[in-house]
Amino acid sequence: MRDRGTRAATLLVVDDNKVNRLLLARNLDLMGHRVAVAENGRVALDTARRESFDLVLLDIEMPEMNGFEVLGEMRSDLQLRDVPVIVTSSLEGLENVVRCIELGAEDYLTKPVNPILLKARIGASLEKKRLRDQQKEMVRRFAAPEVAQDLQREGFALGGKRVAASVMFSDIRNFTPLAESQPPEDTIELLNTYYTLMFDAIGGQGGIVSQIAGDGLMAIFGAPIAMPGHCDAAVKAALEMIELVELFSREQARAGKPGIRIGIGIASGEMVAGYTGTNERATYTCIGDTVNLASRLEAHTKVANQAIIIDAVTREGMHGAVDVEALGPLTVRGKTRAVDVFAVRVSRLS
Amino acid sequence: MTQSTIDAATFEELKATAGADFVRELVDTFLADAPEMLKGLRQALEDGDAERFRRVAHTLKSNSNTFGAATLAVLARQLELGGLGGVRGDAGAQLDALDAEYARVAQALAELGRA
Repeated sequence: MRDRGTRAATLLVVDDNKVNRLLLARNLDLMGHRVAVAENGRVALDTARRESFDLVLLDIEMPEMNGFEVLGEMRSDLQLRDVPVIVTSSLEGLENVVRCIELGAEDYLTKPVNPILLKARIGASLEKKRLRDQQKEMVRRFAAPEVAQDLQREGFALGGKRVAASVMFSDIRNFTPLAESQPPEDTIELLNTYYTLMFDAIGGQGGIVSQIAGDGLMAIFGAPIAMPGHCDAAVKAALEMIELVELFSREQARAGKPGIRIGIGIASGEMVAGYTGTNERATYTCIGDTVNLASRLEAHTKVANQAIIIDAVTREGMHGAVDVEALGPLTVRGKTRAVDVFAVRVSRLS
Repeated sequence: MTQSTIDAATFEELKATAGADFVRELVDTFLADAPEMLKGLRQALEDGDAERFRRVAHTLKSNSNTFGAATLAVLARQLELGGLGGVRGDAGAQLDALDAEYARVAQALAELGRA
């Protein structure tokens, strides 16, 4: 009688009436799911916060805390808002169904629940949840944790807000000849190691990597979460990146493989941070003059033969003891006036 | 009486999907809980507790539907939707009718359980 075809899930049945609770739990058990029960809304929330469930089957008419209240609390709880809820109720009236759906319920089944319908709806809900979890996992893997949290908290909306932040561009010098000199597999491996190191250095200072393309990356310090010392953080991360790349290159040399060098440009100021793209495919990024300047400074590292170049705003915003050298005014494309730029002295590893 | 005490098709379907042994236990649970519900209705009426009255009637309706106790479900539904106001006047008579129908349901379920 037990159905082994279904993917087993962990479900929570919430109903104040014992007969309903037992029957629902039995039906779900026969479908091959693991079932926990709660006899009112208060107990249900406590249980759901303590354990993790794939789906909640929720009655509406309950003492202590009714189903409407449970739905409301679940929606405002970061931990619970993504757990799908199917309402099972014998409450009559379309307005009750509408209210449940408006409060975020996935579905509304009238009691006594038809087991075949129940199975179909649970299957659909679990599948949707699986896709959502997969999406969340993708966001987690490919976006910075701060961005993932921001997405969860604020929801997704294109458009941005003005922030004061530091933005960093970094890329590998002479990457193309390097890539051509070795098998593509080696290049992928090198890039993966390089990115792992760079993410560590940037994340370690509270920055987020907003974009990676080829051998280059863009990082933001001070958004989506405001950071008072964003200039210091960006420069510290840059110094660490240079050091890590040097260590990595030594390791490569020992293995008879080519090393790499990177150039980093940092600019600070006001910019617009937010999601750009389309609703289907978007990325968290910053735009504005400051961002363009950072990109130009990174390009200038090759010309000036410097590892790290920063703008005057970053220089003034720094409180930490870091050696800088004025490189004088620099005329950058897109700017009418020359800007003062500085090279950050990198202490060579001995 | 136009409707049967227990609708055979509903009860059979319940046994087929949940298992006969399980349904026997479920019936026992209902027979243990239902007298409390009936008492609860009278108590809520006496206390003028409309919310409790509606909720208990609702639960009784829901359980009656589960077992195919069609007439009991109809009576409970009238109480749920009518509320305290709906039974004022002949509240006692309506609750008496509910008690009487429950007695028939309890007997029928007990017999089905032994079958």
